[in-house]
Amino acid sequence: MLQAVTELCSETAEVARESHLAAFRCMLRARLLDDKLAALYRAGKIHGGVFLGRGQEALSAAVGVSLNKTDVFAPLIRDTAGRLAFGEPVLDAVRTYLGSALGPMRGRDGNVHRGTPRTGLLPMISHLGAMVSVVNGMLFARRLNRVTGTVGAACLGDGATSTGAFHEALNQAAVEQLPLILVVANNQYAYSTPTERQFACHDLVDKAAGYGVESHAVDGTDLTECLRTMSLAVGRARAGGGPQLVVAQLLRLCGHAEHDDGAYVDPRLKNSALGRDCLKVAREILLRRQWAEAHQMDEVWREEAVGEIDQAIALVQREPAPDPFAEEWTALSTRHLIEGQE
Amino acid sequence: MSLTYLDAIREAQAHALRDDPRVFIYGQDVGAFGGAFKATKNLAREFPGRVLDAPISEDAIVGLAVGAAIEGLRPIVEMQFADFSTVGFNQIVNQAATLFWRTQVPCPITVRLPFGGTSGAGPFHSQTPEAIYAHFPGIIVVTPATVEDAYSMLLEAVAIDDPVIFCEHKLLYRHLKANALPTEALPIGKARIARQGRDLTVVAYSAMVQDALEAAVELAAEGWEIEVVDLRSVKPLDTDTVIASVARTGRLLCVGEAWPWGGVTAEVVARVMTEGFGLLDAPPQRLNAKDTPVPFHPNLWAAHRPTVRAIAAAARKILRQ
Repeated sequence: MLQAVTELCSETAEVARESHLAAFRCMLRARLLDDKLAALYRAGKIHGGVFLGRGQEALSAAVGVSLNKTDVFAPLIRDTAGRLAFGEPVLDAVRTYLGSALGPMRGRDGNVHRGTPRTGLLPMISHLGAMVSVVNGMLFARRLNRVTGTVGAACLGDGATSTGAFHEALNQAAVEQLPLILVVANNQYAYSTPTERQFACHDLVDKAAGYGVESHAVDGTDLTECLRTMSLAVGRARAGGGPQLVVAQLLRLCGHAEHDDGAYVDPRLKNSALGRDCLKVAREILLRRQWAEAHQMDEVWREEAVGEIDQAIALVQREPAPDPFAEEWTALSTRHLIEGQE
Repeated sequence: MSLTYLDAIREAQAHALRDDPRVFIYGQDVGAFGGAFKATKNLAREFPGRVLDAPISEDAIVGLAVGAAIEGLRPIVEMQFADFSTVGFNQIVNQAATLFWRTQVPCPITVRLPFGGTSGAGPFHSQTPEAIYAHFPGIIVVTPATVEDAYSMLLEAVAIDDPVIFCEHKLLYRHLKANALPTEALPIGKARIARQGRDLTVVAYSAMVQDALEAAVELAAEGWEIEVVDLRSVKPLDTDTVIASVARTGRLLCVGEAWPWGGVTAEVVARVMTEGFGLLDAPPQRLNAKDTPVPFHPNLWAAHRPTVRAIAAAARKILRQ
C-alpha cells in the first residue's frame, strides 16, 4: 500500500515536473520572441502594432500546456506563451508580424490576429469577447457530431468582461453546458483604464455564480499555481463539469502595445506582489525543486530559443511580401457569386 | 395544395435538415414552440437535437454559428426579427464575413431575417437592413419575392459556402401563395423579369415586387407597358439583367422599402448611370421609404413606405418625360 502511494506520488511529481518544464520553456521562448518583436518594431521593421505578453506568460503557458492538440484555443493579445505551448510555430508569429505572404494570414491581417481554425487555433478579431461564442460553436458542433473528450479555452483580459459578448457567450456556454474554460487575465488595466473604472464587483471571479458556472481564482505570477488551476479547470470541463471561469491576478509588465510606455501604471502595483516577473518566479521554482539547473535555463534553453527565433526571422525576411497585383480581391469563397465574374 | 411563403421557408428548412446531417437551426423560440412566426413548426420534433432554442443573445447566437461552421456544420440562424440582428451585427460583419478572407476557412452560415414593415409593428419590428449587410464584403444578401424563391433560395443559401443574409418579408408570409414547391429555380445572383414591358423598367425586390406588379397592372389600363425586374438577390446584384431591361425601355424607376440614404436603389441607379447612361431617355428615379423610423399607426405606416399608388405616380412622371 505504502509503495503504491509512493509510486503514485512520484508519478504525480513527474507529471508536475514535466508540465513545469514544458511551460517554463514556452514562457522563455515567448519572452524572447516578444522582446525580439519589440526590437524589430523599434527598428521600423514591423508595420502596425506589437502586443507583448510580458508578465502574463505563466498563466498563458499554463493554458496552452493544459490543452491537448485536438482541443480548441482562442488566445488573446498577450498569449505568445500559450500559443507556443498549444503548438503554434514561431514561424507563424514571425510571418504574421512581418507580413510574409507565406504566413497563415498572408498579409491580410497582422500581429496577434493570426490562427489556423482547422487546427483549433482561432484568429482573434479585435472586438473583445467576440471569440468566446465562436469557441462555444466549435464545442457545440463537436457534441452534435458526437466528438467527445475535447474542450475549448478562450483567453480574455479584465476589460473584456465588461462587454455584452462576454456575458452572452458565458451564459450561452452555461445553458449548453459546454466544456469551455474562460481564462481572464486581470492585469489591472484595460489599455489605460484601471479596474475601478471597469467593474464594481469585489473580484471578477464572483461573476461565475451569476452564470451558474464553476470558478477558480489564481495568482497569475506563480507558475505552479497557474498549472495547478488550469489543470483542474480543464479537467473539470473535460469530465463534463461545464464551463469554468478562471480569473488570474497579475500585472501587465509593459504598455498596452509597444507604442505605449504604460506610464499610467500605479508604481505601488509594480512594487507589490502582483508586479513580480512570473518568468523569474518560475525560474526560482524550477531551481528550488531541482527540476532544472541555472545553466540549463539561462544558457542552454535560452540559446536554443534565441537560435530558433533568429532563424525564423532570417528566413521570413527573405520571404515575399504580398503582391497587390496577384492578390485575389474577393472575400467570398463561392466563385460564381463574386460580382463581375461568371 | 396551397403553400404560403412561410410554408415554403418551413419546407426548405425541413428539406435541408432531412438531406444534410450538417444542418441545424438555432434561434429564439425556434424549438418546441416553432418560432415566433412558426417558420420552424414541428421541426424540433421531426429532427431531435437539431432545432434548438437560443437565449436572447444575438451576438452569441451568430458567434456559435460561426464556430459550428468552422467545424464543418451548416447552421441556420433565425433572428426573431431582422431589427434584432443589429445586436448580432458584430459577429455577422466582423467575424463571419471576414473568416474566409482571413483564413481560407469558409463560413457557411445562413442568417434568416424576418424583415420589412407590417402595420402595427412599429419602429423596432419593421426594419429592412439589407443594404447594411450588403455593404460589407464577404456576405451574400438575398431578398426572395415569391413563394418559389423563398423555397429554392433558402435551400441554395444553406448550400453556399459563404454567410448568407436571407431577408424574408413578413408581409408576404401568409399573403403569398403558390400551388406547389418549385422543382427548378434560377440561381442566386440572377435577377428575374417578373413582367415584360417596353416603356419603363421598374426594379424592385422582396415585397416591393408585388406592389410594382400591381402598379404595372394599373398603368397597363392607361396603355403603358411596364417591365418589372425582381432583383432576387441584392448582393450579388445582377446588373446585366437590369441594364438589358433599361436597354429595352430607356427608363428606370427603382423601388425599395428601405430608407432613402444610400442603399439598394441608390446602388442600382448608380450602376445604370455609370454603365448604361447612353441607354436612358429620362433621368432614372428612386422611390424609397421616408427618412424616419418605421411608424406604428396604420395611417402613418402605409404612408411611410412606397405604395402601389406612389409607384404608379412616380412611373407616370418618368413616362411623361
